[in-house]
Amino acid sequence: MEPHYQHLYDILAHSQGYIFPNEIDLQWGILIVVYPFITGLVAGAFILASLERVFKVRILKPTYQIALLTALSFLLVATMPLISHLSQPQRAYEIMITPHSSSAMAIFGFVYLWYLMVVLLLEIWFDYRHSMVVWANEKTGVMKWVYKILTLGVNDITPRALNWDRKLGYIITVIGIPSAFILHGYVGFIFGSIKANPWWSTPLMPIIFLFSAMVSGIALVLLVYMIISYFRKKAIEVNVLDAIGKYLFFVLILDFTLEGLDQIQRIYEAEESFEIIKLLVSSKLYLTLFVSQGLIGTIIPLTALAFLQFYKYQIKVRKTMYFITGILVLIGVYSMRWNVVIGGQLFSKSFAGFTSFKVGLIGLDGTLMAAFWLVLPIGILAFLLWLLPPWKMVKEED
Amino acid sequence: MSQSTSTMGNEKVKTSRRKFLKNASVLAAATVGYSWLKSSQFLLHAAEPEDKSLPWYGVVIDIQKCIGCGNCASACKKENDVPVEPFFFRTWVEQYTVKNDGSVNIISPNGGIDGFKQTVPDEDIFKSFFVPKMCNHCAKSPCTQVCPVGATYISPEGVVLIDEKYCIGCRYCVQACPYGCRFIHPVKKVANKCTLCYHRLKKGLAPACMEVCPTGARMYGNLRDKDSAIVEYLKEHTTQVLRPNLNTGSKLYYNALSSEVR
Amino acid sequence: MKFYLPPQIPRLAIAFGIFISLFLVLRHFLVPDTFGEYGHYRAASMIDNAKPELHYAGQDACFKCHQDIQDKKSQDVHVDIHCESCHGPGEKHVISSKVGDIFRPSGSREVCGKCHALYVGKVKSTIAQVDLAKHNIGKNCIECHNPHQPWEMKK
Repeated sequence: MEPHYQHLYDILAHSQGYIFPNEIDLQWGILIVVYPFITGLVAGAFILASLERVFKVRILKPTYQIALLTALSFLLVATMPLISHLSQPQRAYEIMITPHSSSAMAIFGFVYLWYLMVVLLLEIWFDYRHSMVVWANEKTGVMKWVYKILTLGVNDITPRALNWDRKLGYIITVIGIPSAFILHGYVGFIFGSIKANPWWSTPLMPIIFLFSAMVSGIALVLLVYMIISYFRKKAIEVNVLDAIGKYLFFVLILDFTLEGLDQIQRIYEAEESFEIIKLLVSSKLYLTLFVSQGLIGTIIPLTALAFLQFYKYQIKVRKTMYFITGILVLIGVYSMRWNVVIGGQLFSKSFAGFTSFKVGLIGLDGTLMAAFWLVLPIGILAFLLWLLPPWKMVKEED
Repeated sequence: MSQSTSTMGNEKVKTSRRKFLKNASVLAAATVGYSWLKSSQFLLHAAEPEDKSLPWYGVVIDIQKCIGCGNCASACKKENDVPVEPFFFRTWVEQYTVKNDGSVNIISPNGGIDGFKQTVPDEDIFKSFFVPKMCNHCAKSPCTQVCPVGATYISPEGVVLIDEKYCIGCRYCVQACPYGCRFIHPVKKVANKCTLCYHRLKKGLAPACMEVCPTGARMYGNLRDKDSAIVEYLKEHTTQVLRPNLNTGSKLYYNALSSEVR
Repeated sequence: MKFYLPPQIPRLAIAFGIFISLFLVLRHFLVPDTFGEYGHYRAASMIDNAKPELHYAGQDACFKCHQDIQDKKSQDVHVDIHCESCHGPGEKHVISSKVGDIFRPSGSREVCGKCHALYVGKVKSTIAQVDLAKHNIGKNCIECHNPHQPWEMKK
């Protein structure tokens, strides 16, 4: 027995029923849980930003740039868990140069690039160009040049040019909403299109992923807004929280309904995979599905948000409730990703047994690596907020 | 006045709807017609090979002949340098035991390489049989469909192969195979699977599993050649593929496949 | 009104142009040689797949030297069982002709029992099944049976 197979023998000892011999080892671990989670945060944060811009929800204005920069910092990291889980990461570039048109994963590369280059970067650029030109003139030394480069040398800040910034930015936002929908719907499709796996293969998968993405993104922006205000020692505007909370409430209801419908459909149709899936959710996924995703991530936040809609608690209480709700929702959505990704691999495709899964702490596919990819975007966000502080932007009269 | 505009509006809606319906029905008819034309060769080859001079390989496994000796699984590992640990198999044998109470007991200790012991007492057994498993070399293979880079493909001979120099190890193909036939090679760190002993086929030899099968339970052959033994066999036997509902275009045909088998 | 081209547009067009051209140039150099010749894959990979060395030589290779065994086998029920079923991979032996390079099974009750042990699930009509608990206990199969000609009993 070679030592590095030991963990496989351990899993084999813990497997139940019959699994195909090649199924002992789980192929996608915690990194692939983190990947749709991060991508979801991006899409959700962007959609919240677009609300302000396209639907003119003025009250959300203080969160507009925060949401955009949050989306950007997470998007920059979004592919990293994917690449670091490859067993030949040095070949990752092949996805871009010879993308297989029938592969959901290959096309994701282009959806990602489109979203990064055409939507997010452009929208932020148009939004910040005026300020960056002004900052370039104010600053000295290195920073002057940094801003100069960031403006791409477009220094025209005549009203006519600035007006075009607004117009083009608006167009990008309008393109951006379906793009954000596609980006995360696509992540759902990566799973939903695997017909070999009954736990994944449902046409609702992209839609469920999309709505849970919006839930998590909105919750994240809520938290980021509160935390930034705390560090800047500025008062949190409770009206802003209320507005975000209201959207979170509605989207959470939609998300909950959709996932419920999916499960009802599954239970009623009771196809050949039904027995094994029933066993799966009642044993291996019990904690993460019913407790973590259902109770902690959905029922409690929904109740809290419902009360917040109808009762005007003291401001301090409301802030605390929003903060805790935001965290619980993020835990819930993370659990949802876990249930989909890990849950879908725990049962055998023979529908006759289960393998088991234990997350390692270290290694390329371990908890620390996953935690790193989750923390890194927060660092990037701090950097971006320092480089492009929304509160120092040149005020535009409109 | 307002009424007349509304009728005019209705008229407009009607014409545009008629136009749409007409276009849609033409499109639908064209689609149906095309697929009808294309559907005429679904029987043996789910997809017609492009190069007609090459064989189009399929496999037959006769469950009635398999005695569960595990020679195939063992020879496969030796021929293809598959690690001996019991987690990596290009082919393996499963023992199905249907009990009198209707429950099904499936085992495949070490892929059947060490042979089988019957753990269910004789008097409880309704029926018992062995099912050798290997890559189905699907003509509409879900595994090659999902490969993001084109590192796995159906060769012109209908053999599903892997490009070990190009595989990025994303494991999407392992997820997509409904038969559990793929694994990540622990040393090469790329996807690995049955190649129908492509290197042997090219030298005119039978795949290793078939070379060593004492009862001739496995057979491979050219599905394009209507006089080949495999086509003759398929003509005379009622065969079935695994998971026909998934429409994978499997070219691994089982004779005497029991409904319990997944 | 005079046509006005916002200054942002040409600059962004240049930036995107550079980015896309760079991508196309890189792609040109990075795509492997035979990629796409037959389909969306490296055609040379089929040559790679045909490369691995043989371990099992195939029965015809055995019979080139062991004509006598072929004759024996052809007269009895093991006729369709290929040499390497019991002797294991033989390519090494085919090349070297050394006795040590081929596996010689012991002919024990375990070895023959892998196929012949009485067992529910094995089809009785096609293969002789022996109740190892009752059949000539204490003897190895090879003491009576010649594996190449099992029904030609040894005295």
